[in-house]
Amino acid sequence: MTVRGQRTMEVALTLAAPVVLLMAWELISRSGRVNQIFWPPPSSLWDTAVSMVRDDDLIGDIQVSLTRIVGGFLLGAIPGILLGLAMGLSWPVRVFMMPIATAIYAIPKIALLPLVIIALGTGETAKWTIVAISIFFLVALNTMSGVLSLDPMYRDVARNLEATRLQVFLGVALPGSLPAIFTGLRLALGFSLIVIVGTEFLSPRQGIGALIWESYQILAIKKMYVGLIVTAILGWLLILALDLIERLVVPWNRPA
Amino acid sequence: MSVAVAQPAAGRTSTLSPAPDGAAVTVSGVSRVFASPTGPLVAVDDISLDVDHGEFLVIVGPSGCGKTTLLRMIAGLDQPTSGAIDLSAPNAGSTRNAMVFQGRSVFPWRTVEQNVGYGLKLAGLSRTSRQETTRSLLSLVGMSKFARSYPHQLSEGMRQRVAVARALAVDPQLLLMDEPFGALDEQTRFILQEELLRIWERTRKTVMLVTHSIDEALTLADRVAVMTAHPGSIKAIIPVPFGRPREQATVRSDPQFAALFTLIWDLLRDEVQKARFEAGEEPQ
Repeated sequence: MTVRGQRTMEVALTLAAPVVLLMAWELISRSGRVNQIFWPPPSSLWDTAVSMVRDDDLIGDIQVSLTRIVGGFLLGAIPGILLGLAMGLSWPVRVFMMPIATAIYAIPKIALLPLVIIALGTGETAKWTIVAISIFFLVALNTMSGVLSLDPMYRDVARNLEATRLQVFLGVALPGSLPAIFTGLRLALGFSLIVIVGTEFLSPRQGIGALIWESYQILAIKKMYVGLIVTAILGWLLILALDLIERLVVPWNRPA
Repeated sequence: MSVAVAQPAAGRTSTLSPAPDGAAVTVSGVSRVFASPTGPLVAVDDISLDVDHGEFLVIVGPSGCGKTTLLRMIAGLDQPTSGAIDLSAPNAGSTRNAMVFQGRSVFPWRTVEQNVGYGLKLAGLSRTSRQETTRSLLSLVGMSKFARSYPHQLSEGMRQRVAVARALAVDPQLLLMDEPFGALDEQTRFILQEELLRIWERTRKTVMLVTHSIDEALTLADRVAVMTAHPGSIKAIIPVPFGRPREQATVRSDPQFAALFTLIWDLLRDEVQKARFEAGEEPQ
């Protein structure tokens, strides 16, 4: 298969899964065996979405959620990367932080929401914070494993060429861990979306999660579906954006 | 007496008329003991060795005989448990050594050009002043066309050329090479050995190269140091009589080559057996 042929095949396969899923959904919905109020055909959702943009504030909800995701993501990921690098490079830091990191890592983060609300209220700060907490240790642990799995030879090369500790940190540990850091960030982005939708369920005022939950409660099922689809597309676009950033920052990490 | 050398390195001059302080490298009574679960492990046992300025010394020995440990101590990456290592600097200022490591040591996140210029960047040289050295070294190792490539786009042999250029870029007094061609296929290895001979003719660096290949040792060395296994010490030092500049083909077809090969192999055979026996008892 030519490179071009392979590429076409890739695009076709990528599109095939959602198309097949939507078609199956459409057929089942129209077959009359399910209640269309709860299982509306996807083709009917387009009009709902258009009216939601026009009459409700769908775009506003998306913006609110997106701001919370990106804000909380940066708030958690940047310190997470720094802690991870420190844990990877210094064993006392690693041994000291490991019990906390692994214990908190295992808590479903949404369970911390009451605590965050007690401490910070229900405003935007609290939303950013719950996202940041959710991903902080995830990013830190991935970064740490990136540093630890880096071939010690690279550090020897740098030391042999008389690199200072800072130069080893910036020129070897950081760039060498970038692939692992991005693996962590990709997971963290998914978590951010999960946590923010959950948070908006529990503290519904604005955002995609609030939209889904409120639509469900007033049985505006079509709106609920639009909310779900928007969430899925949002998640996909965010990952796509992160991939693009990775390609720019880590141009060297390609299979040979 | 003048040698066409690009850099003001320790030239052949010092070998012809030795500096008062003598050798470029003086290893005296060096031992290195590692802690291990089964008790202290003597990796290097009481090695004494002098390397002259501009000399090409090759160390051969069985796997795991402490060759790499010795080289790492000379590079300053490890400290002897006892004994002393002195690196003299005939030119005031630089005492630095540069090591070409075994295996994949080229930074995957830097382009070929950036890898070669790395040591100069650490030394604080500006991009423009790095560029000149980088370019001439890339042309020396035949990698000019690949300056902007990343290591994953290169073959293993090309990556090793980059590693050699990176070490030469800092104009070291002493070039340390730890099985630099060990991971290469035989034909690529021959090519790189010839290139190393050519580069050495031009720069006349003091070189210490570790290998397990007797062929490689005889092709490259002025003297071959044969090491024992467990603990590693120097069993014999064999002068290699072939003239310079050297050609691989001439060396290999020289009748003395076979005699020297046999001599070194006789010295090594027992050690290799011993190393294998011990490896069976305590796998590494």
